[in-house]
Amino acid sequence: MARPATALPLATALASVLTGLAGCSGGVLDPQGPVAAQELTILMDSLGIMLAIVVPTILATLGVAWWFRAGNARARYRPDWEYSGRIELVVWSIPAMTVLLLGGIGWVSSRDLDPPKPLAAATRAVPVQVVSLDWKWLFIYPEQGLASVNRLVVPAGTPVSFQLTSDGVMNSFFVPQLGSQIYAMPGMITRLNLQADKPGRYPGLSAQFSGAGFPDMLFTVEAVPRDAFDRWIAMARDQGDALDEAAFRRLAQPSRADRPRTFRDVTPGLFTAVANPGAVKPGP
Amino acid sequence: MFGKLSWSAIPINEPIDMIASGLMVLAVLGVLAWVTVKGHWPYLWKEWLTSVDHKRIGVMYVVLALVMLLRGFTDAVMMRIQQSISVGPDSGYLPPEHYNQIFSAHGTIMIFFMAMPFIIGLMNFAVPLQLGIRDVAFPTLNSVSLWLTASGILLTNLSLVIGEFARTGWLAYPPLSELKYSPGVGVDYYLWALQISGVGTLLSGINLATTILKMRAPGMGYMRMPVFCWTSLASNLLIIAAFPVLTATFAMLLLDRYLGMHFFTADGDGNPMMYVNLIWVWGHPEVYILILPCFGVFSEVVSTFSGKPLFGYRSMVAATMAICILSFIVWLHHFFTMGAGANVNGFFGVMTMIIAVPTGVKVYNWLFTLYGGRVRFQVPILWSVGFMVTFVIGGMTGVLLAVPPADFVLHNSLFLIAHFHNVIIGGVVFGVLAGYTYWFPKAFGFTLDEGWGKVSFWCWFVGFYLAFMPLYYLGMLGMTRRLQHYDDPSWQPWLIVAAVGVAFILAGILALIVQLVVSIRTRDRRRDLTGDPWNGRTLEWSTPSPPPAWNFAILPHVEREDAYWQLKRRTREERVAAAKALVYETIHMPVNSPTGFITAFFAVITGFSLIWHIWWLVALGLAGALATTLVFAWRDEREFEIPADAVAQADRAHQDAYWTGAAP
Amino acid sequence: MTAATLRHDAPDAAHGIPTGTSTAGPAPKRIIIAYGFWLFLLSDIVMFSALFATYAVVGKATAGGPTGAELFDPTNVAVETALLLFSSFSCGMMSLAMGARHRTAFHGAAALTFLLGLGFLVLEMREFAGMIAQGATPQRSAFLSGFFTLVGCHGAHVAVGLLWLVVMVAQVADKGWRATVRHRLMCFSLFWHALDIIWVALFTIVYLMGGR
Repeated sequence: MARPATALPLATALASVLTGLAGCSGGVLDPQGPVAAQELTILMDSLGIMLAIVVPTILATLGVAWWFRAGNARARYRPDWEYSGRIELVVWSIPAMTVLLLGGIGWVSSRDLDPPKPLAAATRAVPVQVVSLDWKWLFIYPEQGLASVNRLVVPAGTPVSFQLTSDGVMNSFFVPQLGSQIYAMPGMITRLNLQADKPGRYPGLSAQFSGAGFPDMLFTVEAVPRDAFDRWIAMARDQGDALDEAAFRRLAQPSRADRPRTFRDVTPGLFTAVANPGAVKPGP
Repeated sequence: MFGKLSWSAIPINEPIDMIASGLMVLAVLGVLAWVTVKGHWPYLWKEWLTSVDHKRIGVMYVVLALVMLLRGFTDAVMMRIQQSISVGPDSGYLPPEHYNQIFSAHGTIMIFFMAMPFIIGLMNFAVPLQLGIRDVAFPTLNSVSLWLTASGILLTNLSLVIGEFARTGWLAYPPLSELKYSPGVGVDYYLWALQISGVGTLLSGINLATTILKMRAPGMGYMRMPVFCWTSLASNLLIIAAFPVLTATFAMLLLDRYLGMHFFTADGDGNPMMYVNLIWVWGHPEVYILILPCFGVFSEVVSTFSGKPLFGYRSMVAATMAICILSFIVWLHHFFTMGAGANVNGFFGVMTMIIAVPTGVKVYNWLFTLYGGRVRFQVPILWSVGFMVTFVIGGMTGVLLAVPPADFVLHNSLFLIAHFHNVIIGGVVFGVLAGYTYWFPKAFGFTLDEGWGKVSFWCWFVGFYLAFMPLYYLGMLGMTRRLQHYDDPSWQPWLIVAAVGVAFILAGILALIVQLVVSIRTRDRRRDLTGDPWNGRTLEWSTPSPPPAWNFAILPHVEREDAYWQLKRRTREERVAAAKALVYETIHMPVNSPTGFITAFFAVITGFSLIWHIWWLVALGLAGALATTLVFAWRDEREFEIPADAVAQADRAHQDAYWTGAAP
Repeated sequence: MTAATLRHDAPDAAHGIPTGTSTAGPAPKRIIIAYGFWLFLLSDIVMFSALFATYAVVGKATAGGPTGAELFDPTNVAVETALLLFSSFSCGMMSLAMGARHRTAFHGAAALTFLLGLGFLVLEMREFAGMIAQGATPQRSAFLSGFFTLVGCHGAHVAVGLLWLVVMVAQVADKGWRATVRHRLMCFSLFWHALDIIWVALFTIVYLMGGR
């Protein structure tokens, strides 16, 4: 990029326009947590930097093609002109410098926003273990010994630290308004840290196609004040079935559009057992 | 006796399926009946099906591609209609098991059976002519490649009538594509169709790469090759380096499915992510296999229709080869969201952006080729300028997706869908349609209708923006891909706009068909008698249209790039003097051979019986293929002679009329 | 073609003009065939490298089943290697015999190559059968899937090579030393040597590094 000074204000302006446009529509354009907010900024900055190059290029293409049309007697025909060292230099340096700038943004932001990196916050993160099943999400609260299906209740303003795996096929855990998605894969554990700034309900989904029930693999993130979260925990402790190995196997049977429900007394180590199928029962 | 195959494989009780397959079967039967009634079989068999002439093989590839464009586009229409009405649970007219097959088939067909055959067809047709030679390195192998591709296409389309297609997405990620989660034959159809056509593609890549590297006309050094030959070389080298990885990857998935192995299964310590890595080690170069030859087409078209040499030829060559190499070190950007770690993501993100540098250089070089030109706005240049405008937007969103944190929120969203359709339609489809219009008169001896060509371009151009710009926005709203239905009513208006865009594209495709019909009916008025309808610059335009089987009576001697343009600068006296000095010799050309067709016949039998587990038929098919090879290896007559007199007569007639005559 | 360009002495490589520069015109048939086959071998090596990469990833993924160290027999592998390397030597003799148009020597060298290759295959099949008898089947673990596929793919190439060799011997007997036959023998010899190169990599990565 030749002139970042002009590009950045443009990006900011564009970002505000797009964000305003999307104010009511939600999704990535309506961030509700620090991760999503930073990612939207990076997205819009990068877009702005590139638009500063791309828009003139498009206009120049159309302009040059039209001006040098065969019918235009005023355009000078130069039938043998095929090289100019100076133009070549410019032509290589425009994309090179743009990429240099964007590459810097990409490299730095890739480290800043690495999904496993804990978020800076005054309060300790709430750990949640996520298991993707056919076709529903199981959220285990290891510290509370609880689990919840298709409904993730978290305290607002507090980081949530996720560990994710899958019981079968791949899925991608994604809450557009909170930021980064990450895959849930069998035999593997991935990590992700997110935070909702304000209380609210944020839709979540699977972003990786996983079979017939995929479009219904939705869940809701409910960010609630800390005391409401504690009340929910206390309530869930007294409700529902216990989640042991057998109950988990029943739950893991394929089903679609499951209503949210909770489990009490999650067998300790259940998540690890799902993530490492070989460790529990040796293969055939 | 018949493995898993039974009458229940035919979807009698699924009306949409039955109507679609019924129409397809009727169309195929109709064409076959017409050929039979008209008595065209002997001509078809002798002149086309068994032909080893690179030009005819190229044309047949393009015909396959155009038919598959209709098939793949039908899938697109069905998806767009479904998504424009399926708000709320379980709505729409396509149930998930059907919808999931449609998007899988759409991707598979468009990439493997539309874009690939189109590209390979154009390369087959144009590269030997541009290089000033008579055929490719291995003409019979070329026919085998074509027919293996056709076998894959046949198997894929057979799945519509007998059984089902994959419901896994076009890259069939395991464990979803493993036997446990996809027990039907759909994934097997997918795998065997692509294995068979993949072998054809690989052989074609070897053939064309050898041709370009070892068979150029005298004097045509590397730096005198037309840019289309350079980009074809890069594309074919990528085929050689990338397709074997696809073959190995699919072979391992097949072993998992057929022999119960544990490469990519969730149990037995298998590693599904290995598949994702391997498939993209093929998949990203594949993108450049498709786009690089299109860059070549645009280079030829922009230069020809501007009446100027290509600006910065050496830069173009350097950029092409840089893209060729870089394309192998970016594959991980397809799964930043699988937790590879900050440094790995950062590295692959930066490498991906670096590819944008040579690509950007190309765009500017085309711009400066237009600069100072005398641009004739005929159909090929419309596609080219349309491409330049559209492709920079697709490139921009591609670089955006290469920023890992941006990808974390856009991965697998409709933003991604919009991005790759932006580069594939704006780049590849516009490119092959430019090439189709550009080389059509060379292939058939008459030009395509300008008016309908322009109608088609504008419909495609407007349709593309209407169909895909809303998807960029929907991706930003968090709409993910492959949704059979969705809950958010605010998405629906945008999806309806997208469906309207698809209607425009449909009009563009219909205009292409009308253009072809009109042009054939009025061909006598639009004959290209000179062999050079566009005032071309490269050697293919020095031949008559269509060229004789041997292309060049005498191999041209090339003294610099834009070889034909240099020749055209000679005065009439110089031309006459040179023509008098010509000494014609007997030409040897390879004989036609049914090897390719018969090989494909056995490949289809083997593939089909593998899909349905009919083991005795597998053995029979393999034995037939082996026997074909042996018979081919034992035949003695491989070439026929064209006497010097006949060559001289044909060549002098064309020269006298259009080269050394009074009005060249 | 408007061959106004043509000079009387236009170089035509097919008629003995030396090649090597990029402007010499089309290369002779023999060069073109060898070059094309080389590219094919490169693609084959790329395919093997995908299998090698997978093997490297799943090499320790034994799912509680047997490991390489428990299964591999170094003596057997050493004999296999010796057989294959000697067969490459006899394949070289075969090429020399072809160059000298010496049928007896050719058939002798071909027979030796065939027997050595067959011996290699028999030993490999015995190794596989022994492992399967112990329950170390390809279905047991990702490691064993990778092992059987990688080594088996090389073995399948050797088997195809043997079939090809038989066909070539028959062609020499039937058609003599005509150019097409010689070109195919040249390709066969390239193929056979390439299999050796792959085996050396396989021996090192699978048996030497994985046997410990």
